[in-house]
Amino acid sequence: MTSQITTAEDLQEQKKKKSFLLRTARSPREALLQRVALGFLEFTSNKLALIGALIVIGLIIVAIFAPTIAPFDPNEQNLSIALQAPSSAHWFGTDEYGRDIFSRIVFGSRITLYIVTLVTVTVGPIGLAIGAFSGYYGGIVDVIVMRITDLFLSFPSLILTLAFVAVLGPGLEQAVLAIALTGWPQIARLARVEALTIRKTDYVAASQLQGASDSRIIFRDIIPMCLPSVVIRVTLNMASIILTAAGLGFLGLGAQPPAPEWGAMTSTGRQYMLDSWWVVTYPGLAIMVVSLAFNLFGDGLRDVLDPRSN
Amino acid sequence: MKIPSMPGRVGGVIRFVVTTIITLLLLATLTFFLGQVMPVDPVAHLVGPDADYETYHATYLRLGLDQPIWVQFKLYLGRILTGDFGTAFLTGNSVRADVIRVFPATIELGTLAVIIGAGLGIPLGVLAAVRRNRLSDHIIRVLTLLGHSVPIFWLGMMSLLLFYSHLHWVGGSGRVDIFYEGMVPTRTGLLLIDSVMEGDWEVFESAVRHIILPAAVLGYASMASLCRMTRSFMLEQLGQEYIIAARVKGLSNWRVIWGHAFRNIRVQLLTIVALTYAAMLEGALLIETIFSWPGFGQYLTHNLLMGDLNAMMVCVLLVGLIFITLNIITDLFYKVFDPRTAR
Amino acid sequence: MSLIPEVTDHSPLIEVENLWVRYKMRHLTMNAVRGVSFHLGREKLAIVGESGSGKSTVGRALLQLLSDNADVTADVMRFGDFDLRTASEKQMQKIRGAHISMILQDPKYSLNPVITVGEQIAEAYRVHTRASRKEAKARTIEMIKAVQIRNPERVYDLYPHQVSGGMGQRIMIAMMLIAEPDIIIADEPTSALDVTVRLQILAILDDLVQDRGIGLMFISHDLNLVRSFCDRVIIMYGGQIVETIAAKDLDKVQHPYSQGLLNSLPSLEHQREFLPVLDRDPAWMQQMEVRK
Repeated sequence: MTSQITTAEDLQEQKKKKSFLLRTARSPREALLQRVALGFLEFTSNKLALIGALIVIGLIIVAIFAPTIAPFDPNEQNLSIALQAPSSAHWFGTDEYGRDIFSRIVFGSRITLYIVTLVTVTVGPIGLAIGAFSGYYGGIVDVIVMRITDLFLSFPSLILTLAFVAVLGPGLEQAVLAIALTGWPQIARLARVEALTIRKTDYVAASQLQGASDSRIIFRDIIPMCLPSVVIRVTLNMASIILTAAGLGFLGLGAQPPAPEWGAMTSTGRQYMLDSWWVVTYPGLAIMVVSLAFNLFGDGLRDVLDPRSN
Repeated sequence: MKIPSMPGRVGGVIRFVVTTIITLLLLATLTFFLGQVMPVDPVAHLVGPDADYETYHATYLRLGLDQPIWVQFKLYLGRILTGDFGTAFLTGNSVRADVIRVFPATIELGTLAVIIGAGLGIPLGVLAAVRRNRLSDHIIRVLTLLGHSVPIFWLGMMSLLLFYSHLHWVGGSGRVDIFYEGMVPTRTGLLLIDSVMEGDWEVFESAVRHIILPAAVLGYASMASLCRMTRSFMLEQLGQEYIIAARVKGLSNWRVIWGHAFRNIRVQLLTIVALTYAAMLEGALLIETIFSWPGFGQYLTHNLLMGDLNAMMVCVLLVGLIFITLNIITDLFYKVFDPRTAR
Repeated sequence: MSLIPEVTDHSPLIEVENLWVRYKMRHLTMNAVRGVSFHLGREKLAIVGESGSGKSTVGRALLQLLSDNADVTADVMRFGDFDLRTASEKQMQKIRGAHISMILQDPKYSLNPVITVGEQIAEAYRVHTRASRKEAKARTIEMIKAVQIRNPERVYDLYPHQVSGGMGQRIMIAMMLIAEPDIIIADEPTSALDVTVRLQILAILDDLVQDRGIGLMFISHDLNLVRSFCDRVIIMYGGQIVETIAAKDLDKVQHPYSQGLLNSLPSLEHQREFLPVLDRDPAWMQQMEVRK
């Protein structure tokens, strides 16, 4: 459509509302501030994304203040109250050892957050660096990197993770490592595609003509431009990290008992499921809510950061 | 890929073959490497803990473990090419025979799940795109987001709890009720088809009652991803000028949507469906455990949990092979069915 | 067709009074068209303006082709005796193609890439007639011939990416004329084409329009083209009509904007060192506002 115009009158109307946001930026800092503010406005106008963000913040708060929030010790056994249905004392009931499920879920948030954070801070930068270098330099390095990522991406992530866990052995740290080992190619792939297009732009050519070194171009021109899409991908990946970790926990290959890992809790609760539904229901719900929150958050972030999605 | 450029079709074919071979070699290397660093002694595994030194050493030599690593890799490649994957420690059969036995159960489950997933996901995706930002779009969006977020093993358990344990609508674990097991001869390995071929409707009904729940749970997951893909593909097409042209001609909305926009995404969708089909193996891994479904996923996890890592790595290799093959096939889909790339 | 009354030759085919198109965005409303009034008979009427002047929006508003967030209002907007403002989507589907048709700018984007061009033309015929597949195909091949494409049987089976831009636009013309509409809206039909084929396309369009007595609404930004090709010219600026004038009197325009437009055209007869830059006075918007 060519005919969407903004007339002087329209502009004046808008100006009254948000004069700061619409005026021409007077400095790079002001421009940045405007972008952030506009992005924030757009993000908050997306209700689902806002809910997602709030749940994520909630998860972080719960993890930090777990000892205060949880009414019981998550590992304290008391067989006399085993498998009790939810009540005012035990909101989510008790498990086969009489442990308070609510308290275990509260403490389990720490494990979830631990896995997500650790995987993300390793996979994000590594994937970004590999992708950016590979895309910028091209040639034989690029060929090898791309074939490796192809191979990794051709597996369903859980199955490849299982293969790594088979080698590394079961355990929380091993699970994190295995998930990270399977996670980086996605990011690298994305960053490479971006780097390839940016490499050909005029402003990179201009930098090169001015004698900028390759590393300067990669760090000043390429990586900043790759960042938005990588951030979106990483956020959306957090949901699948949670699900993969829960799947590993369910198979008994993640965090080991008695750690209150949510996937492992559903797994051990499975034997008692038919009579005591709450043993599996609440941990699974917790996984779903948190992974949903990351999905919503990532979606909203994409709408703000990625102009192509609109 | 910087393979020296060749003109036209021949160059394309050569490039295609070379990249495929590289990927396959890398797959073999990866599984070989993982097999090397695995904390298991393959010889002890084969000969058992009570074997004397003679037997142990003979097997050690037979496996070529005294050879340099690249010779071992060559032997490994040879074994892959001849389909000799060794013996499974759990069953005592050859891994190959085991895989051939368990695979049909997974195929049956996966196929039904994809039919459910595509049958619901694609129309819903189209609807969501057409009704963008309306109520139906939002509802579909929440549904698909839930499908992306729910742990599938938990959904499996919850559905068992509700539909089997409380409502008694469906059968529980396994492929059929126990007393029907082995009633129909195995022809295709697909129980639904085998029972129809035998004309045994009781077995068929029982098999349906057993497969429907795991297939629906798996199908929901694939519905979610297919629906989102379809929606974004459709949105891209609906914004094109040729849609305006089609409307100018006076076509009904139905014709514009299905006859014009959808026709442009069919090939894309076909490839996505193929990949979803393969991705089903991941969900099957967990779902088969929940529903005691004697398929490939259960076989893989059993081997892993019981420490038969050789058999497990063979399964991983197979999954990789399946995926790479499907990728090749979908590439060919594009070349054959899309007029823009065909001829 | 009972739905749409027969159109007599004397009355205007299209009558529009005080047409407004507003786009509702999240934080603001944009007025794309502001109080436009005009009529179109069996003639060649040009609508000229720079990009963003609202000229395409007027054409699409007539056919109800604007996106959902566009709000269209008018005191009068009718085709013959048929009120286009209150028409349902079903009624519009009978109008589009069969009575009012539109030629889009660039055949590269406006033809469906995965359907053969023959099928696309035939579809436009079949949707408005009860013709069989065979009849439609025969009629299509006739029509392809009519837009001066040689070897129509072969072209019938080509996909859009296999034809050139000029041929693509002829196919577009064939597709939009095959159901014999009363009115054609041509939305910059030649601006995406090479200069060399522009005149051919225009000549074909001209012949067909002339022969069939079709009313043509020619949307363009090219004053010179319009001067030789059309009967009357409407000049739009900022979503409003600033002037309507016979094409042959185009040199005598009154409004400063129209004069500015004309002055900024290069001319062989009056060579100048610099072409004047178009001057846009915000006051022009206000003036019109009052008149409404």
